[in-house]
Formats: sequence, C-alpha cells, structure tokens
Amino acid sequence: MNIIVCLKQTFDTEAKIQINSSGGIDSTGVNLVINPYDEFAVEEALKLKEAFGGTVTLVCMGREKAQEALRTALAMGCDQAVLICDPALVNADEWVVAEVLAKAVGQLPFDLILTGRIAVDDGSGQVAVRLAEALHIPSVSSILKLEAEDGKATVTREIDGGTELIEVSLPAVFTAQKGLNIPRYPTMLGIMKAKKKELKVLTLTDLDMAVETAVPKMKCLSCSLPKPRTGGKKLDYQPSEAAKELARLLREEAKVI
Amino acid sequence: MLEGLVTEDIKPEGIYVILESAGMEIRKVSLELLSKCREIADLSGEVLTAVIAGKETERFAQKAAAYGADRVILLEDDRLALYTTGAYTSVLNRLIRKENPKAVILGNTAVGKDLAPRLAQRLGTGMASDCTGMEWDERYFIKFSRPVYGGKAFLEAVSDAYPIMATIRPNTFALGVEDDNRSAEVIRESTEIDGEDLRAIVKDIAMTVSQRPELIEADIIISGGRGMKGPENYQILEACADVIGAAVGASRAAVDAGWIEQKFQVGQTGKTVSPTLYIACGISGAIQHLAGMGSSKVIVAINKDPDANIFNLADYGIVGDLFEIVPLLTEEFRKL
Repeated sequence: MNIIVCLKQTFDTEAKIQINSSGGIDSTGVNLVINPYDEFAVEEALKLKEAFGGTVTLVCMGREKAQEALRTALAMGCDQAVLICDPALVNADEWVVAEVLAKAVGQLPFDLILTGRIAVDDGSGQVAVRLAEALHIPSVSSILKLEAEDGKATVTREIDGGTELIEVSLPAVFTAQKGLNIPRYPTMLGIMKAKKKELKVLTLTDLDMAVETAVPKMKCLSCSLPKPRTGGKKLDYQPSEAAKELARLLREEAKVI
Repeated sequence: MLEGLVTEDIKPEGIYVILESAGMEIRKVSLELLSKCREIADLSGEVLTAVIAGKETERFAQKAAAYGADRVILLEDDRLALYTTGAYTSVLNRLIRKENPKAVILGNTAVGKDLAPRLAQRLGTGMASDCTGMEWDERYFIKFSRPVYGGKAFLEAVSDAYPIMATIRPNTFALGVEDDNRSAEVIRESTEIDGEDLRAIVKDIAMTVSQRPELIEADIIISGGRGMKGPENYQILEACADVIGAAVGASRAAVDAGWIEQKFQVGQTGKTVSPTLYIACGISGAIQHLAGMGSSKVIVAINKDPDANIFNLADYGIVGDLFEIVPLLTEEFRKL
C-alpha cells in the first residue's frame, strides 16, 4: 500500500506569539515542530505500511527549514520526502497550497493520503479537504479509527456530539484527529537511517506550475494580538462564603447565570 | 482547475447562509449566522438567502424567515438525509454556480469544516475558517477576523474572489429576535446527485446520549484539569453542569491521563470554545489551554495553587480545594 502523508512544520504549541516590525508574526527564536496532528497521520501511515507493505512518502510545502520536520518523520520510519519550497509561495492561501500539493501528489503512486485534521499555526483545517477535491477523490475528516483493505476503507470519524462510521472507496484523503493512535518517537537507528533517505526539494517550476497560477484568493490585511486579559476579583473567603459570593457575582454583576 | 465566478457580465449578488439542522431544529449557530447576516444585508442592501439541504426541510423554512432570511432555498433529497461530503458539495456547487452569490457563510461545525473547504475548492474560491468576527466593509464587502496559533493572534482576512466564503465559530454572534411575522419566499430547487458523489457512505451514527449542550455551542462550560485527580471525580463537575445547563470540558492533562474522553478536550490541540461563562476547575492555565478558551466572555478559576497562571486572566478566582468549592457552588446555583 502506497501512502502519502502531507506534513507541515509549525510553531511549537508552547510558543509565545509576537508581532514583528513589519506587522507579521515573529518567528525569531521559536521552536519548530511537526504539526502535532500530522504526527498522528505519520503514525497511522507507518502502521498501515507494517500491515500491508508499500511505502510512505512525505509531501510538504514550506520553507527550507521544514526539512528538519521531514527528517524527523523519516526517522520515525517514512521512506522518502518531497518539499515544495518556492519564494512565490510565501503568501499562499489554502487554495494555492491545495493546488500545489495536488500537483506534487499527482506525480506519485498512492492508495491513500493521510494528514492532520488541522494545523495548529493557521488553524484553518482546509487544505486536506481541498486537496481531495483537487485530486477528485473522496475525503473523510477527523478520523478516530481507520481500517483499510483492497480498494476500500472503513473509518470512524468525529462529528458534533458523537461519531460516524463511514465506508469509502480508495484512493481517499483522511485527516487525523487526536485519539487515532499514539505517535512513536524516532529511534537512534531511525535517525541514522533517515540521513540517507531521499529528500527532494522542488520549486513551482519543477512542478510545471507558473507563478501566476499560485495567486491566493484570500489575503491578510493585518495581524494583531488579542487584548490581554487581566486577573479580576479573588474571592478570599471561607469556602462556603466564597461559593455564595461567586454565585451572586455571576448572577448580579456578570449576569451570566 | 476551476476559475472563480467573477465575470464582467454577471455581478455576484446576495448573501447565502447554509443552514444545518440537528434533529427537528435548526442548529443555534445557523440562527446566529442568519441574525448577523441580516445586519450585513441591511447595511449593504443585499438579499439574504438561507439554504437548507436534507430531507423534510420545509419545516425549517419559517424559523429561517423569523431570524431574517428573505428567501429560503430547499434542497430536498432522500440521499441528503445524512450529511456526506460528496453529495452535499455537489448539490451546493450547482446551486451556487446558478445563483452566483456574493458571500456564502457556514458554521464552523463538524459539517461546516468538512463541507466549506471542499465547496470552496470546487468553486475556485478562497475561504476564511473558524472566524470570530465578520463585518460589512465598503471596500471588501465583508472583512473577517480569525484566530491563528490557537487564538494567540488574530488575522483580518478579505477575499479577492467570489463567492466570499467563511465558516464562523459558534457563539460568535448573538441571536437576533425571532420574529414570526417575518416571511420569506420559499423556493424548491432540484437536486442532481450522481454515483461519483456517493463514494463515501455513512454506515452508522453513534450519538453520545447527553442532556448537556454540545461543547462548542454551549453558553456555559465547566472544565476540569489535572486537579481533578481521577476519572470518578468528574461527577462533581457533571452535577454542577446539570444545575446550570453547562457542558463539561477538560484540559489536555486530564485527557492524557485517561480520566475523560478526548472529545471533551478544550485547547490548542482540542476544541476551541467561546462560551459566555467558562469555569476552570483544577486547571493551571497552560498556554495551550488558554488558546482554546481565551475568548470566553467570563472566566472563573478554582484552583488550590494561588500562583496558577489561570488566575492572571480569570474574572473571578477562588483559591481553594475544588472538591470542597464545586459542590458548595452547585448548591448555591441551585438556590438561584
């Protein structure tokens, strides 16, 4: 079974966000990691490979630095990686990313594509579904369980207030939700092996895509930090008094109960 | 590759809200969107259309009118009774191409998150996800505000392509006044669904039986973290939740410890919520947790540790043992 994992390098979730002098998000000194949800996708792909054989190929659009994330995933056991890195993609929106990934994925043989349900940086959760559309194949979002067989997969996905069991024809795109599995750590041997694995870096030209086809539909006008919240009242009373006072304040002052 | 819908001879018109139903009711988030889009329609002079896909959709039409829709389009088909990506995308794509709206708005729900990007890609347009702000703008028609890095920053986003699409986070906009004297033009549109659209089949749905509101739509959430000490103690929160009609949530620490299911996790790698009231019990306030609940209107913290970070942003804080405080608080709520 040939599996593609779409992976993104993101800020560590611990990262404190600051705005730089040009009004964008400041990445100075921020620790970069594999998007946490993409780790579930990598793990699931490796499990499928262990069960059925085949290859796991990583496809990523990002900056040069994203090679680090790809090397980590290769060290977990993936076979090869493709990084699409082009200055023309700096302001790419989800539409552009999906078109670019579809082009890259289209050059590879695959039975299914796995990725995280959302990237913790932009939080948009669009690219995987758009990629499936660009490839004209089905997709199932937010999966908690995956059973694949020849030409078909049965998946459990999270919906609001419950779960849904879905049967879908392959090839298809699946987005991983937390709970799907527990990602493994790269081993020392894996890290050594990963150094020798193929990591191709491609530009838009390598994908036969003209820069003009990568024009975003959405644009960002500005970036801001939320108004900092400040601590309010501390209710320094005996427990029963504190509970009584809190209930009163929530009703009379905050008017939320 | 599909082109956007903007052409010189056909001008996009109108605001469309794709409604979602849960059982016999239109979901609250859909009504919130109708209320807000009514405002934008009045400011911009656009017509507001509600679209409902499914089975026996007519029963929702009057409610949509009462919350502001000028027109209600019903996409009625047995094969739309349950949501599937393929069939819904297909019928909505046809409708939107025919009607050529200026904006298409959905809720950021499980359905919205799955449907909107697929539809946007098929229409060759952009989309703003999980918005927490949406305002009429003379230049861009609608300006969206959306959280990034789990709410640690916000972007102001606009679209250069039509239709302008977005999903909006539940609880972002207040419900308007339901006006039963309002009426809307009800239009039945034909649906075409082919085999290609039905490559994913829903075999079964398992809903959690709960009297409590859905976490992402709840007005009040009471959440427990590491301080809960074990799975059995969530009963304390549940008892309180039942008195005030709250949903129960959890921090990552509690989920990772296996005390409560992952679907209850609030935070950067869980659900993002924006209730009116968020009661954090035994939660220290890690940056990832704050990312998921920082937009709550009022925050209450109950924690033994006086130095816990959560007190730095809570509107009301009690330093104390949650096992003592929460039951007392439940009693006080019961008296209200």
